[in-house]
Amino acid sequence: MLNYVRRRVLAMIPTLALISVIVFALVQLPPGDIVSATLDRLQAQGVEVSDTQIEALRAQYHLDDPMPVQYLRWIGNFLTGDLGYSIAYEQPVNTLIWDRMGYTLLITFSSLLFTWIVALPIGIYSAVRQYSLGDYFFTVVGLIGVAVPNFLLAILAMYAGFSWFGISVGGLFSPEYIDAPWSWARVGDLIAHLWIPTIVLGAAGTAATMRVMRANLLDELKKPYVVTARAKGVRPVKLILKYPVRIAINPFISTIGWLLPTLISGEAIVAIVLNLPTTGPLLLQSLLSQDMYLAGSFLMLLSLMTVIGMLISDLLLAWADPRIRYE
Amino acid sequence: MSEPIVRIRDLEVEFATEVGVTRALRSVSLDLARGRTTAIVGESGSGKSVTALAMLGLIDAPGRVTAGSIEFRSSAGAAYDVLRLDRRDPRLYQHRGGSVSMIFQEPMTALSPVHTIGNQVMEALLTHQAVDNETAQAEAIRLLERVGIAYAEARLSQYPFEFSGGMRQRVVIAMALINQPELIICDEPTTALDVTVQAEILTLLDELKAQYATSVMFITHDIGVVAQIADDVAVMYRGRVLETGTVREVLKDPLHPYTRGLLAALPGSATRGTRLQTIDDLVAPEELATDTPLRRLPSGRQVALPAEAPPIGQPGAST
Amino acid sequence: MSAATSIATDADTTTPMDATLSPRRLVWLRFKRHRLALVSLWVLVVMYAIAFSAEFFAPYAPDERNVRAIFAPPQQIRFVDAQGEFHFRPFVYGYRLNINPDTWMREYTEDTSQRYPLYFFDRGAHYAWLGVVPASRYLISTREGYVHLFGTDRLGRDLFSRVIYGARVSLSIGLIGVILTFALGIALGGVAGYLGGRVDGAVQRTIEVIQSIPQLPLWMALSAALPAAWSPLGVYFGITLILSLVGWTGLARVVRGKFLSLREEDFVVAARLIGASRRRIIFRHMLPSFMSHTITTATLAVPGMILGETALSFLGIGLRAPVVSWGVLLQEAQNFQAVVLTPWLLIPGGCVVLVVIAFNLLGDGMRDAADPYSYAGGTT
Repeated sequence: MLNYVRRRVLAMIPTLALISVIVFALVQLPPGDIVSATLDRLQAQGVEVSDTQIEALRAQYHLDDPMPVQYLRWIGNFLTGDLGYSIAYEQPVNTLIWDRMGYTLLITFSSLLFTWIVALPIGIYSAVRQYSLGDYFFTVVGLIGVAVPNFLLAILAMYAGFSWFGISVGGLFSPEYIDAPWSWARVGDLIAHLWIPTIVLGAAGTAATMRVMRANLLDELKKPYVVTARAKGVRPVKLILKYPVRIAINPFISTIGWLLPTLISGEAIVAIVLNLPTTGPLLLQSLLSQDMYLAGSFLMLLSLMTVIGMLISDLLLAWADPRIRYE
Repeated sequence: MSEPIVRIRDLEVEFATEVGVTRALRSVSLDLARGRTTAIVGESGSGKSVTALAMLGLIDAPGRVTAGSIEFRSSAGAAYDVLRLDRRDPRLYQHRGGSVSMIFQEPMTALSPVHTIGNQVMEALLTHQAVDNETAQAEAIRLLERVGIAYAEARLSQYPFEFSGGMRQRVVIAMALINQPELIICDEPTTALDVTVQAEILTLLDELKAQYATSVMFITHDIGVVAQIADDVAVMYRGRVLETGTVREVLKDPLHPYTRGLLAALPGSATRGTRLQTIDDLVAPEELATDTPLRRLPSGRQVALPAEAPPIGQPGAST
Repeated sequence: MSAATSIATDADTTTPMDATLSPRRLVWLRFKRHRLALVSLWVLVVMYAIAFSAEFFAPYAPDERNVRAIFAPPQQIRFVDAQGEFHFRPFVYGYRLNINPDTWMREYTEDTSQRYPLYFFDRGAHYAWLGVVPASRYLISTREGYVHLFGTDRLGRDLFSRVIYGARVSLSIGLIGVILTFALGIALGGVAGYLGGRVDGAVQRTIEVIQSIPQLPLWMALSAALPAAWSPLGVYFGITLILSLVGWTGLARVVRGKFLSLREEDFVVAARLIGASRRRIIFRHMLPSFMSHTITTATLAVPGMILGETALSFLGIGLRAPVVSWGVLLQEAQNFQAVVLTPWLLIPGGCVVLVVIAFNLLGDGMRDAADPYSYAGGTT
């Protein structure tokens, strides 16, 4: 097992290196660079900029170095924790990013939990009672859940919150707590606001996981070893809990692998609609204003989160399935 | 003869498929004699496995038992119709694995890949007997050693994928024996194994049968195996029983044209230099197309042939 | 073979045709059993047909404004007028505009004094079908007044017409995107699966890397990099390309996996052993056996593309006005005050959901039908 962990962790490194190259390329992709963007902004404000100032700026950002050198400097700084400087906010990226990453992580994680808690039992129920009324009901709900884009769901949630409860859904805190220091009341306020983004974000994944779970379990229920166990006289409830569910759990754990990127993706857009203080809105703004250090850092960190999530899912999988760890 | 341990009467099983309903068993009637090994012979699709599953009440959708009865009579005197047992009836679960156990065709898939061998063998015991874990473990080790698994204690904590096919089949056999059932159903237990392992497993089954005095129902398509292991034989074809009798009677003196064809198609009976013959060469289709019910002959044998045309294989006639 | 399937396939069949059904016919039989998949197929055919002939089906051009109906709600098609009189020709009522004295909001009510009969296949303003063929027939039109079946937006543009024109963009992006994805996926997946070794490793690694970057942020970054000066058509193809560049990985994985496992299949090995040429093996044996699978995967990938376009346009970094797509239309519904007051602006969202459901059901049906000799969900 230890061997497997080591191998798997080592395999992450080249992946991350490649991701960083892609992210760097993305940062460089838009026409122009930081200095020209800054100049545009300054000139729009009517500030005169001299050639020497431009030179100084270019030198400050090492823009005249060859690309590979720039890449190495960027990734080197990144590894030492210096994420660069946001032009638009005129602040180091570090001061902007971590709170938001934290909330993104929180919402993603709570959605993941929500997805599992809801999808697991429903999936089992649907498979065991295949073609029952409940199975059909959940199949329909699942179909719709997969098809409704989550930004639409977010709008609908706000609409429902406003027109039925007269509350404005959105944000993670009530106005009085936004800048308040941490306290139990603030945590409570956070939890009270958290459930809507959690459900909105988790809906599609829940629907998909439900269907995956049902299909897997149906497959497993037909396997010969289940017949063997039944021929042994094992009772139905114990049988279902012990065998197929146990095995369907594996693909279930592996859902982290695809759920996590989906959730992180979805979080970006849901956060924009619901106006959450997470990475999504800032990422969008940084992309629109070509604040590429900020955008690059977000992309890199979100990818890192995904890669680590997949690592965890692989390790859990190896723990759950003896065949994998002996491979 | 004493009461048969299992008496199957007019069993009908259907399967719903996309293109219509398939009749997997048609009016199957069969007795399994207590303490003897009955071989069920037939080609793929003749209904052998369906019969076996029905005996454990394991026919599920898309399959359906539409008629008939399967009466089981234990040595203690209890008797019931397996098909009439309610899903909640404790006797059903005692029947499965307790009174009757089953050894499957595919040792590679018959064991759960994510549970240890020990877990699965002990489960069979723990399901049926009120013993503690340690007793169950000791019993599992004893059984595994009995079926020829070395270092059984160490191997309890291993997973099926760490076992070869032959070893897995031994595990399945141990699992089937651990409750000392009165009847063991072997569904082509050696088909998926290579020939040397096959011989070992057959010898093992024979020994175990003698030791525990169980009745055995042995499903196979291999006449050679039948000769080696069985006392009685039933020949099945397309969901029907064509004839029954003792091994000696059926192999020496087959009554039904199909059985004769089956025997004639054996490689051993072909003359050197001629092509091997297939069933289709040997049996005319009209001889198989009939829906004649089984008929009991004075000798005690049964055959699905019309009475007015005594077959050539009747005692007195010669081939 | 598993116990369950062996019973089913071994069993004697009372319908002798079973064994002689051709695989293609079996696939069709199995597909037809999926009522929902069949219905979905028709829904999609109709929607694509409407999108294709948008000029004919839409009563108005997408940017045509009815300045007297700003944020007007959908009209109802009626047969019976306010006097209780039945009209054989359906009609709509015009709007009466009131300004709410408290909120200063526009409020429209039906003006029963203005009755506009609807005409079908009538002549109207000239247009160029698909931008080329001159024509002037419309499915629905009025000879006086306006018909707004889905209401109007903030500029008084007919939402029904805009949804139809939007369908043309959104639905075609899905298809073109999938075709591109398909090409990329099959080429790269096939090469990886066929050549194996180092090429396979490289493709695998690339797939892994692309899949590790959350899709939407990646899309966002790529589309933010599209030059603002590009023409609408350029942006359209740019977005399609971006969706495919990110999306090919799933399909490539499927193709590669199939290729690898097929190479070891008995029937391929058998074909090789009897000396079939490599080309024959690939095209005659391998391709047919995974085409159905691949097409299914592609079908299931279409809704992802459509959702991708919608999401990007909704965020304002995909297609932009004056291009009309469902995502662009949904942008109007971005804040919920708008939704509370003008819920009909969400209709394009409903269309997205309908199309995604239809594609999913169709793909499900195809997947079940694709494997002609397996029983649904069973192992083979």
